[in-house]
Formats: sequence, C-alpha cells, structure tokens
Amino acid sequence: MKRMESTAPALPAVGQSLGHESGPLHVAGRATYIDDMLEIQGTLHAAFGMSTCAHGRITKLDLEPVRKAPGVVAVLTAKDIPGLNDVGPIIHDDPILADGLVQFYGQAMFLVVAETHEAARRAARKAIVEYETLPAFLTAAEAAAAESWVLPPVHMQRGPDTQAVLAAAPHRLSGRAAHGGQEHFYLEGQIAYARPGEQDSMHVYSSTQHPTEMQHAVAHMFGWHSHQVSVECRRMGGAFGGKESQSAQIACAAALAAWKTGRPVKLRLDRDDDMSITGKRHDFEFEWEVGFDATGQILGLKLLMASRCGFSADLSGPVNDRALCHFDNCYYLDSVDVRNLRCKTHTVSNTAFRGFGGPQGMFAIEYIIDDIARFLGVDPLDVRRVNFYGPSSGDARITTPYGTKIEDNVAPALVEELVASSDYRARRAAVAAFNASSPVVKRGIALTPLKFGISFNATMYNQAGSVVHVYADGTVMVTQGGTEMGQGLYTKIRQIVANEFGLPADAVRMAATDTSRVPNTSATAASSGTDLNGKASQDAALKIKARLAAFFAQQHGVAAESVVFADGKLISGDIQQAFGEVVIAAYRARVQLWDAGFYATPKIHWNKDTMQGKPFFYYAYGAACAEVAVDTLTGESSVLRVDILHDVGKSINPDIDIGQIEGGFIQGMGWLTSEELWFRPDGSQKGRNMTHAPSTYKIPAASDCPAILNVKLFDNANVEDSIHRSKAVGEPPLMLAFAVFFALRDACSAARGSAAPLNAPATAEAMLRAIGGLA
Amino acid sequence: MTQRPIQFWHRGRIVQASGLSPQRTVLQWLREDEHCVGTKEGCGEGDCGACTVVIGTRDDAAPGGVRLEAVNSCIQFLPTLDGKALFAIEDLATAEALHPVQQAMVEHHGSQCGFCTPGIVMSLWADYEKREAAPTRDEVNQCLSGNLCRCTGYRPIVDAARAAWDKPVVKIDRSPLRAALDELAALSSLEYEFAGQHFYAPRSLAELAQRCEALPGARILAGSTDVGLWVTKQLRELGNIIYLGAVAELKSIQREADALVIGAGVSLSDAFAALVTDEPAWTELAQRFASTPIRNAGTLGGNVANGSPIGDSMPGLIAVGTRIILQKGERVREMPLEDFYLAYQKTAREPGEFVRALRIPLRREGTHFRTWKVSKRMDQDISAVCAAIALSIDTAGVVTEARIAYGGMAATPKRAAQAEAALQGKLLDAATVRAAMQALAQDYQPLDDMRATAAYRMQVAQNLLWRWWLDHSGAGVLRAQEVTA
Repeated sequence: MKRMESTAPALPAVGQSLGHESGPLHVAGRATYIDDMLEIQGTLHAAFGMSTCAHGRITKLDLEPVRKAPGVVAVLTAKDIPGLNDVGPIIHDDPILADGLVQFYGQAMFLVVAETHEAARRAARKAIVEYETLPAFLTAAEAAAAESWVLPPVHMQRGPDTQAVLAAAPHRLSGRAAHGGQEHFYLEGQIAYARPGEQDSMHVYSSTQHPTEMQHAVAHMFGWHSHQVSVECRRMGGAFGGKESQSAQIACAAALAAWKTGRPVKLRLDRDDDMSITGKRHDFEFEWEVGFDATGQILGLKLLMASRCGFSADLSGPVNDRALCHFDNCYYLDSVDVRNLRCKTHTVSNTAFRGFGGPQGMFAIEYIIDDIARFLGVDPLDVRRVNFYGPSSGDARITTPYGTKIEDNVAPALVEELVASSDYRARRAAVAAFNASSPVVKRGIALTPLKFGISFNATMYNQAGSVVHVYADGTVMVTQGGTEMGQGLYTKIRQIVANEFGLPADAVRMAATDTSRVPNTSATAASSGTDLNGKASQDAALKIKARLAAFFAQQHGVAAESVVFADGKLISGDIQQAFGEVVIAAYRARVQLWDAGFYATPKIHWNKDTMQGKPFFYYAYGAACAEVAVDTLTGESSVLRVDILHDVGKSINPDIDIGQIEGGFIQGMGWLTSEELWFRPDGSQKGRNMTHAPSTYKIPAASDCPAILNVKLFDNANVEDSIHRSKAVGEPPLMLAFAVFFALRDACSAARGSAAPLNAPATAEAMLRAIGGLA
Repeated sequence: MTQRPIQFWHRGRIVQASGLSPQRTVLQWLREDEHCVGTKEGCGEGDCGACTVVIGTRDDAAPGGVRLEAVNSCIQFLPTLDGKALFAIEDLATAEALHPVQQAMVEHHGSQCGFCTPGIVMSLWADYEKREAAPTRDEVNQCLSGNLCRCTGYRPIVDAARAAWDKPVVKIDRSPLRAALDELAALSSLEYEFAGQHFYAPRSLAELAQRCEALPGARILAGSTDVGLWVTKQLRELGNIIYLGAVAELKSIQREADALVIGAGVSLSDAFAALVTDEPAWTELAQRFASTPIRNAGTLGGNVANGSPIGDSMPGLIAVGTRIILQKGERVREMPLEDFYLAYQKTAREPGEFVRALRIPLRREGTHFRTWKVSKRMDQDISAVCAAIALSIDTAGVVTEARIAYGGMAATPKRAAQAEAALQGKLLDAATVRAAMQALAQDYQPLDDMRATAAYRMQVAQNLLWRWWLDHSGAGVLRAQEVTA
C-alpha cells in the first residue's frame, strides 16, 4: 500500500491522515451504538411477525396465542396505525405492517411488544396465519413477461437511429448477461429506539443514513407535523445504502409501539429477520445488440436493462435512473437505444446500495466491451481505449447519452498510468504463457476503468446545513446534517472546521446528527456527505471567522482582511493572540460566536422526464488491474494481485480515502464473486430467502483479499470548486471490482477456448458452468 | 453433588451467577446483565465474530498454565463458563493506555464503522497472547477467519496486527488467573437448575456415564457451535443439559501403536493439530473447517455425534477407517464410523449413551489420503461438497483398499460403494479413475440448494477423484490457491 504524501502544510488539519475520530472508542468497545445506550427505565422491546407466503391474501390472522405469550405487553397490526401505513420514500406503496395482502415471504404483518427482546421474538412466532395464495413472480424475467412493474418502463434514445446504425455496422454482436443482487450486511443490524415525549412528541434514536426522512415517515404514520418528531443518530455500524430508506419501517414500528404503550421501545432486528425483511441491491438482466468497427469502436447500441425491484417502488426509480446515467461508464456512445424495465416481483423491495444503480449500468457496458474484444480477438483494454470519451479540451465525443458534456475526463491518462505501474502488458503475456502449459489452473487478467457521477440525480437533494458553535472557552462543536456510518465523514468535517479556525482537530467535537438541531437534511448517500456537509460546515465557520477577525482587527487596529487563523492563534503581521483569548473577549463584547452554514451544489440541473441535463457536479475516476487464477476442476478461484489507481481529487484525508477505496473494492468483489442470494424457486416455501444469515450468505473474509494489493491516489485536484478540491469517494471504488470479475471471465474463457458466458456472482459453480465443465 | 451457582473468573474476581436460564448466552449475560456492551451481536450464530470473547482455561502445557482462546459468545451458554475465565473487550485497555493491538488498530485505520472492531481486537489479542513474534499475513488471515468486516477490506487490520509487535510487548500476568482457575477447579461438579431446567457439568467420566444413563433424554452438549443456534435462531427449549466440557478424561489425545484416540471433549483446534502432525493431508481442511473461534469451541466428537450431512470432519475420518467409541453406563462399544450414521440426523447412539472417543488409524505407508472441501468462500463456509479419498496401493500399482466418502452428497456422510468397487483390486491408471468417476453417479443423488445444484455437486465429486489422481501422479499446478502473481 502506498500513500500520497500530503503536500499542503499550509492547511494543517486538511490533507493529513488523521485517524477516525471514533477510532480509540471503536477498539476499546466504548463507541456507543443504539443498542449500547443505557436503557431508560420501563423500556420495552419489539419484534415483527413475518409472512410465510410470497404473495397472498391473509385469510386468518389469529394473534391470541401471541398476546398470551409470556412477557407480551401489546400486539399491534396495521389497524393500530393512526395515520399513513406507509414508508415508501417516493411512491406510497410500502406498508409498515401488511394489511390483508402480503407481497413477499418475510413481510412484516404485526408487531409484538414485550418486556424483553427474547420474549418478543418468541411470541412473534406463535401467530396462527392462513393465506389465500396468489401467483408470485420471483425474477425480473418472470415479472417482465407478465408486464408487472413498480414503475413504468423508461426509454432513452440518443443520436442517430440505432437500428439503422446497427444495420450498417461492419460488425454486430448480440448478447445477454446478468448479475445478482447484494445484501448490505452492515455489521450492526437495523435498530431504532423510540422515546415518547410530552405534547404528543417522539424522539427516535435511529440507525439511519436519513434522519429527516425518518422524521417525516414517523410523523406521517401518526398524522403529526414534523415538529413533533425528532430523530438522532450518532453513528451506525455500517449502512452502505441499506439504512437510507430501509430504516424507516424500523423507526416507525418502534415509534408506534412507544406511542401505543407510552413507554420507550427498542426494536432491534435479529440478523435473520433483518436479511429477510430489508431490501438489497437490485439485480439486473441485460440483453443487447451492438454494432462496431474493426477496432472495436462502438457505433450503435441497443440495450435492454431489466431490474428486479421487489414488491414496492422504494428507491427503484432513482436507482434505475442512475443505471441509465452510468451504462456509458468512460465510453462515448454515439447512437443508443435503451429500454429500462422496473420489474415488480414478489420478493423483498430492493433499495439503495453503494453505487445506487451505477455499478449495474456499468456492468452492462463492460460486459459488452469484453464481448467485442473476444469477438475481434484483441485485448479488451484496447477496445476500452478506442471507446473512451474524447479529451475535455475538445468538442468531439464528449457528450453523454443524458446530454452532459464531460469536462473533467482523466480516464485515458489515469488508465495509461495504471497500465505502466501495473506492468499490464508484460503480465498479460505471462498469463497467456502460463495458460498454454497449465491444463488445470488457468489465469486471467483485466484492467477496467470507472467514471462515476457525483451528486444526487434529483437536484433538490444537493443541499446541506450545519451549525457550528464556538463556546466561550474557545472549544468548537459541529452539528451537521450528514451521518457517520464508518466512512469518516465526522473526521473530515472536523478537519475542515479545525482547519478554518487554525485549531488542532481535537479542539473540535462532532455532535450527533439530530433533526432538532439541523433540519431538512438530505440522505447521507450518493457519496455526497463530505461534499455537501463539508461545504456547509465551512460556510458556518467562515461566518464566525469573519466576526472574530473583525473583532480582533478592531481590538488591535489592523485590517480585518489581514487576520489569519493558524496554530491556535489569530495573527496579523507581528500581532498574535491565542484563539481562546480572542473568543472570550469577543463573547464579553457580545459578538455572536456560533452560526449556521448552508450549501447548495452549483451548476446542476436535471429533467427527469426527458432524462437530459447535467445531474452531476463532477465525476470521480479510477481504474483497477486484477490477476486471478481459476481451478477448472471445481471453479474455485483466487485473486492474486490487484493494482488500483483512484481519483479522489485533492484528498482531505488520504488514509481515510484509501480505506474507502479498499473497502469499496472488496465489497464490490464480494458482490461479483461469492455473495449469492438464493430464493426458494418453488414448493411451499416459494420465495423464501434461504441466504438470510452469514452462514449462507458469504461476504469476503480476510483470506479472500488479494495477497498483493497496491493502492495509489491519482494526483488530480478537482476542476470544480468542491470542498478543498477533493472528490467524493464513498461509492466509486466499488466499481473497481469489475477488474476481478473480468479477469475471472478471462480465465474462464481461456479454459473454455471461447468467450465464457459468465454471470455474476462468479461463484465456483458459475465458473465451472461458464467454462463448460458442467452440463 | 449439590446445586451451586455458575462460577467463573471475570474482571479480576470470581463471579457467581444464578437465577438465570441455563440457555442464557454469554453475550446476553455480558450485554444485558452486566451492561458490558462493548461486545456486539452481529449475527447470533457464530458466523460474523462481532461477539468474540476470549476464554481462559487451566492448561499446564500453556504459558503460565493458562490457555487463552477466542470463541463466539453469542452461541456459548453461560453455564459452560463454569470453572473458566472470561475476557471481553473492556478488559484490554488500562485507564492510561490502549493495548498495543488496539493502539495499532487506531494508528492503521483498522476501524471504520467500528462495530466488528471489538470482536476483531479480541481475536487478535488471543493470538497476540499466544505468540512471541509478529504474525505473517497468512497467520493473521487464519486468526481472523471467523471475523467479518464489511468496511475496511481487511488490509489495514492485517497491517495493524503485525505492527502491534513494533510496540513494547504487553502481556497479562497469568499467575493470579491461574490461582483463580485452580480455586475454581477445586469446586464440586456443576449442578445448576433454573425454572425446572437442569444443567449438569460432570467432571469425571464415571459421573458423566452415570448422569447420561440416569437422564437418557437429556441434551448432551459439547462446543454448542450447532446447539447454540437451536436456541438463538430456532428459539428451542433444550430441556435438561449434560455438558461434556468439564470431563477431564474426554480432553485427552492418546497416541497408540496404530491409532490416535481423540476424546470427545477435545476441541477441533487440538484434534486437527494432532491429525495434521500425523497426516499432513489434513492441513487444508484443518484450516478451512469453520473458523478459528468455532474450532476453539467445537469438538471433533461433537461434529461426529451431530452427524450433519455437511459436517466436514466425517468424510475424512471415514476414509481413513475411524472407529467411534460409545459408552453407556459402564458398557463401552466401538463401531466403524460409517456404521454410526443410519439416516438423516439419525445415528446409532442409544438413549443414555454418549460418544466417548474416536479411534483414528495412523498414517500408513502405501495409503494415499486426501480430503478437500469446496464452498463459495475459502474460510468459514459450509461445504457444497467435501471429499475424502484414501486408496491403498501395492508395489504393483494395484488398489488393495479403496475408502471414499463424501459430505454434501447424501442425507448422511456416506461412503461411495460403487466408486470404491470400481477401484478395488484394479491396476490404478487414468482409465480406472475415470471408471470410478462414472460409478459415483450410482452412489449419490445430491440435492439442489442455496450452496450448489445437484449437478454441480456430482460433477465436482467426480472431478475431485480426478484431482486425487492428478495429485498422485504429480501433474503440475492443480489448485488456484497454489498460484502466486
């Protein structure tokens, strides 16, 4: 692992690899997650009763045995909900508790409230339920055949008539591929702890990426106003998109139980329940027809993208929109005709997951390019290169299918640097030589690039607020709208604010995110946490600084513009005074020492009806080169070496950014290799997710990581005025993992002797099948 | 024997616990009763490692007479702690300083969300206490085989585990701990009752035999790595429990003239260490069997007695000709392990009878044994197929004995009679092996499930026979794991 040395001594806190602000707490078991909070006297515990039918009408729901179970205080159903029985973030089709109709196996039907967590879980299994079974579609293909949608299909056509371009193209290929979904597997499961308050109010501790949406969902459920509900989150034990909308059902259920019983109620899902109830990454199926020339340059592309959305719309619309805005990846597509299906299935409602449709869209184009290269018998890297967007300095080949001009394209330069540093060409030759003499084990290698758009597609979410307090003793507290899920947001914000005041980072304390302190927050999602909340926090700090500088200038008879905040002091020429001394004097002089900051991302606009505009402020880039080995007797594989070069702009905290890069890469590798969701295809448990626990759902373990992993930051300040010219890093690195998948396909193709029809996840079985070693 | 509280050492004192269900887990006790909330629940089934704690036991062979091992607290029942010591994440740092492992984790950005971190630190700490020098990357990976992290990608954790050794070494003082464990060892056998449910932890074989015979319906408990899930996931009531873990005689490994006799209370870690010493072909399975904390808690006897069709030890044990030793009262009987399995989750064990030991033949010249598992993930996974092949070959190249067994292929761990017959007495060559591969199709009718399809299981079972042949005949690189960049 190599690290970019900080080149910014003038900004002491920014650009340095400060440790995670909770690191010392994490390692000592002293970081408080919601289940660790000291319980308020009288606290009750809740558990869901869940359906055992994929699609059916509830003909009998006998809850008497549940009510009579030891320790049970209340049993609640949809009828107990005074307001809206819904947590759909966009479309109102997502009940908190099923009301008469169940639409997936595992759907919550009732809520047990009991004296202990265990008593609630035990009682929840005692209900007597009967269903009138209805037809259930489990896959996108089944749903598409029946035209079962959560949202209408979307069609995107751009450039010359695609059918005509295809007809005239020197070469045409058609193909199909699919990838699986992905369980978030945050280590801390879903949890909420609701405390009823006076004057019909509710405070909810929620493990959520989106406190404001939790606030709205709870208020709507009660038929209340927003000011009656407050939601707080200090930290999550991981989220990855799985606590953006999915936390709402948990928060609402806990709040409902607290309101009904008048006592604090904690709802912590058992892992099996969590994985059965909550949505996952959308799996997609693709079909295409592509026309290209002898160099592999794509002339026209007709693409069908069908996603399994599950039983409700949830965030499936925006996820699919992002897939439509990322199937181009780094490549210019002159003529495209894309049809995108948002299939309604009788499975759990799929949701946000790191990348949010971006990885799904990119999977398609990377597969198509791989196919073209195998058809032409050339290195896939060369086909990638001939299709790159043109230089941003010119006008040719720089417009995306959604109408944005790419103004910061560094993909070609970044890829060239990685080709050299990874020794890609020589290693490809070595792989071929190895394969020629190795009948059982085959190696593969691939180098794949990524470009990821930064900003929420929906423009309105690109805003943030922050409140910065300077206390009279010179210490600083920041409350901002972003949430901490491990990504280091609080650490970076702390650096940004400390940097403005010229203070050491430990002079700045981060307060829990709380809707009663910063309102109308956006989800901490779309990789935007630091971009938005960092700028808002900086804005607040700048306002306070301006007042302190003016006060200091007045006191010392210097110009306010000359005042510098550095080394814990205010400095103007030869005059300097400790920050704390200035602050207490300013307080006594009745200068406002706190302020609110706000930020709205500039330059962006989006028309969701035409799917045209500039939805992204800028793009983050990266590339990875992976080498693998595949055992052709079993399909088992090993990732031998990975080289990564990734663009985080000018890094605020290089080690935290590298942590995001490596973690995202490994998570993406899990999605594409070992993580397989399996729903019972038939029988009395049709639709039941059998991969509902880590015993059956396999995320990467330590030994799965490549023995050689070289990660380097690409030297590239953001061309846009982002916070300290950095770039967002949360999601993009997940897509570095395509290098592993396509290296595996390379090895499988070497074994097969032709393009291997490998789908993701590339489990041992999938690879043995793709090799042709399985009937 | 009279009833007494559960007694164990925790945070510098001997804890006396009573008034709690014997099915209460160590994790529940820590978090809900003691408010030691540093230890986390991630899955409740021993698969993620967030709940990892370290257990101390008397062991004269270990430094300071105390053995320290990481286990999953979410599936350990509190009464199994009786006579032992419990360390949780709160016990590492002093008021002044973090432990070197913790400090290195901070400095190397080894935590992001931090939820898996206490468990990871405990696994690393148990390993740190065991060794004298920094571990290699592979050793850290082995140590962490039962700890999942979803944020970091592990690299910084591995770096931290190694860098901890760059700091002054800090190890616990084991003498007061040993003294406390000696004091606990002098107690009577544990007989514990709550709400009519009994938990017995006999300390001698005779007492165990008597107890099992008197209570033939009692649940026999060893490592609880499976039974624990019956409680945490299926919410089952276990009834009366007889725990094997305190019986000293069951903890022994005896090397006889032609066999290892491994007591039913021997942990998988110790059992595999003994097996590997005798027969290196066990090495890979020994590393891939579940995870380090599961192997520390679980027993070989328990894996065998449980009789799961996907248990990973039985195919190999059957292939090498292991006999199972059963005891009921004073009656001791022995049978070939394959005869112990009658049907799905049905064994030849009679009510009141218990598994006492396994008699595992030592490695024999001329017998060529291999055992492999195939699963979605290298570590901590359940096999789609587990294969074990032991062929005895004479100097003329003729197969004198073929013993082949598979897991994941049938309702029990089962020998491949047809494939064996295809090899028995034949001159071993590629054609003979191909014939045995074909014959396997008559031996098994595997199932489709979330781990693999029936077609894959059969194909891989056949291919692993081929692998045995390639391996035996010395053909090149055979495993993806053998390749380096």
